Amino acid sequence: MVMEYNFILAHYNYWAVMLLMAVGFYVVVSRGNLIKKIVGLNMFQVSVFMLYISIGKVTDGTAPILTGKTEVFSNPLPHVLILTAIVVGVATTAIGLALAVRIHESYGTIEEDEILVIDRTLEQQDARAQ
Amino acid sequence: MMLAHLPVLEVLVPLAAAPLCALLRRPLLAWGVVMASTTFALGGSLVLLFQVLSNGVISYHIGDWAPPWGIEFRLDAANSFVLVLVSLVGTMCAIYGRKSVEREISPEAQPLFCTLLLLCFAGMLGVTSTGDAFNLFVFLEISSLSTYVLVAMGASRDKRALTAAFTYLLVGTIGATFYVIGLGLVYALTGTLNMADMALRITDIGDSSTLRVGFAFIIIGFGLKLAIFPLHQWLPNAYTYAPSMVSAFLAGTATKVAVYASLRFLYTVFSPNLHFDAQVLQTLFLPLGLAAIFVASGVAIFQSNIKRLLAYSSVAQVGYILVGVSFANITGLTATFLHLFNHAIMKSGLLLAVGCVVYRTGSCSISTFRGLGHRMPWTMAAFVIGGLSMIGIPATVGFISKWYLVLGALERGWWPVAFAMVAGSLLALIYFGRIVEAAYLQPSPEGNKVTEAPLSMLAPLWVLTISCLALGINSEFTVSSARAAANALFFDPHPGLSMQVGP
Repeated sequence: MVMEYNFILAHYNYWAVMLLMAVGFYVVVSRGNLIKKIVGLNMFQVSVFMLYISIGKVTDGTAPILTGKTEVFSNPLPHVLILTAIVVGVATTAIGLALAVRIHESYGTIEEDEILVIDRTLEQQDARAQ
Repeated sequence: MMLAHLPVLEVLVPLAAAPLCALLRRPLLAWGVVMASTTFALGGSLVLLFQVLSNGVISYHIGDWAPPWGIEFRLDAANSFVLVLVSLVGTMCAIYGRKSVEREISPEAQPLFCTLLLLCFAGMLGVTSTGDAFNLFVFLEISSLSTYVLVAMGASRDKRALTAAFTYLLVGTIGATFYVIGLGLVYALTGTLNMADMALRITDIGDSSTLRVGFAFIIIGFGLKLAIFPLHQWLPNAYTYAPSMVSAFLAGTATKVAVYASLRFLYTVFSPNLHFDAQVLQTLFLPLGLAAIFVASGVAIFQSNIKRLLAYSSVAQVGYILVGVSFANITGLTATFLHLFNHAIMKSGLLLAVGCVVYRTGSCSISTFRGLGHRMPWTMAAFVIGGLSMIGIPATVGFISKWYLVLGALERGWWPVAFAMVAGSLLALIYFGRIVEAAYLQPSPEGNKVTEAPLSMLAPLWVLTISCLALGINSEFTVSSARAAANALFFDPHPGLSMQVGP
């Protein structure tokens, strides 16, 4: 049993990843406010960044700079990948927020249930126009 | 020299031309750039396809860094076939787009629209050509992010485009993030990002729970992008409210590229020898594919907005493609590639025809189609041919792909599945029948002065329609390419490094 506790404690970063992932995903699905949805989406993405960086960590490893001495290096590749993923995340957030602004301008609200009501009235108008 | 660098130029030219459109600021010049670069891509992809078919796999090392360290563009029969498809639909939509977009988007926004279109196009070509799993994610996001904005640009006609784009953004980003999670787990296990290298190492490592979880995340991630039946909720609204030309472009390319990417992972990276891979095909793809055929076609029957009707029909056609994949035999996979290509040309053709109607009438509800058969004879004739092809009437491409799908089912001895697919076609007959009835048998409303669409819109529409008929009568080119594509995935998933060509 002791060993299992140690195993769980030693992998605390993965538990944090899982928690963030679940919380972020839950926020995206459950919140009706579009801005909160984007916040949730960001948390979800950040959990993945942490997952990659955890994978790249080597115990006692340092930054991969060659000094001539024999050293243990951390894997730099996940860091590079995540730099790219961060850029993608920022772009996604920017487009999401821009859309939220436009939705607010034309619907007058950013609450999903109110938007759905407006959409439904529009659909009924379309049906009546037939 | 030029020819050796063609695999990367294919993606690079549209990608570099994209910011050029934004700088030009003039709609006419921007459309010129779009047409030139898509035509270049079409020519290039045809050259690449014939090269691959005659000489085998092309491996291009970006920046001359050898794989598995550097990024590799690896073209085999499967992805060069998809390249031709994407660039063909892209070129036709680009020619069609200038007139159509003129009506739907303000002149100041048009150069930016062109930029996004080219970015999206380049992203899709990149997803198709790359042999590096993380590079695939980057290209996937380039195309997806520009797609969200392209859909949102329909807002000048209908504000619901904004909410459709927002939903698409949420679902698409979750899909892409799922893919990255899955890739992270597989990377942790194998330590490589090159797909061919990954496949070799997975074969050595064998089954493990990390691999299973990674596989599940990757398949569900692509499932969201390709609109597998219960994950398709974003698609109908996005296609309905996007500008007409964008709907046609996306229907022909976005889901097809996602199907290709998931096939690449199913067959090349995770080989079907892995127990869980085959299981997914039969316990997940087959029932979901059949459910898509019946539920989505059933919903399509009751739609009064033609674009939404065609969107639901797209979900149903993705169902056919999944059923084809689930046969897990060479005929099924050939049928999958055939239907990928055939569905893209017929659905893009249909949406281009609807775009012509929108151009002249400003609406795409079924009531505007009343009497259009006499008012817009060329547009409606193309629409009818596309519709017949969707149903699967002989002498159209739809028949060829359904034929191979049924053959694949019979090869497995799955009679009920073959029967179900034919029954699904009857549903298509009902929903197309309604439109044709409205267009030809009902009188047009009093004082209707609608005239035929302009030539620059009819020409690309008819190129797709004629290829729909020509490839349906003489299916030599598509069938042999699709069979080569299926062979490449099925029998030769990891062609040896000795086959490398290129710099």
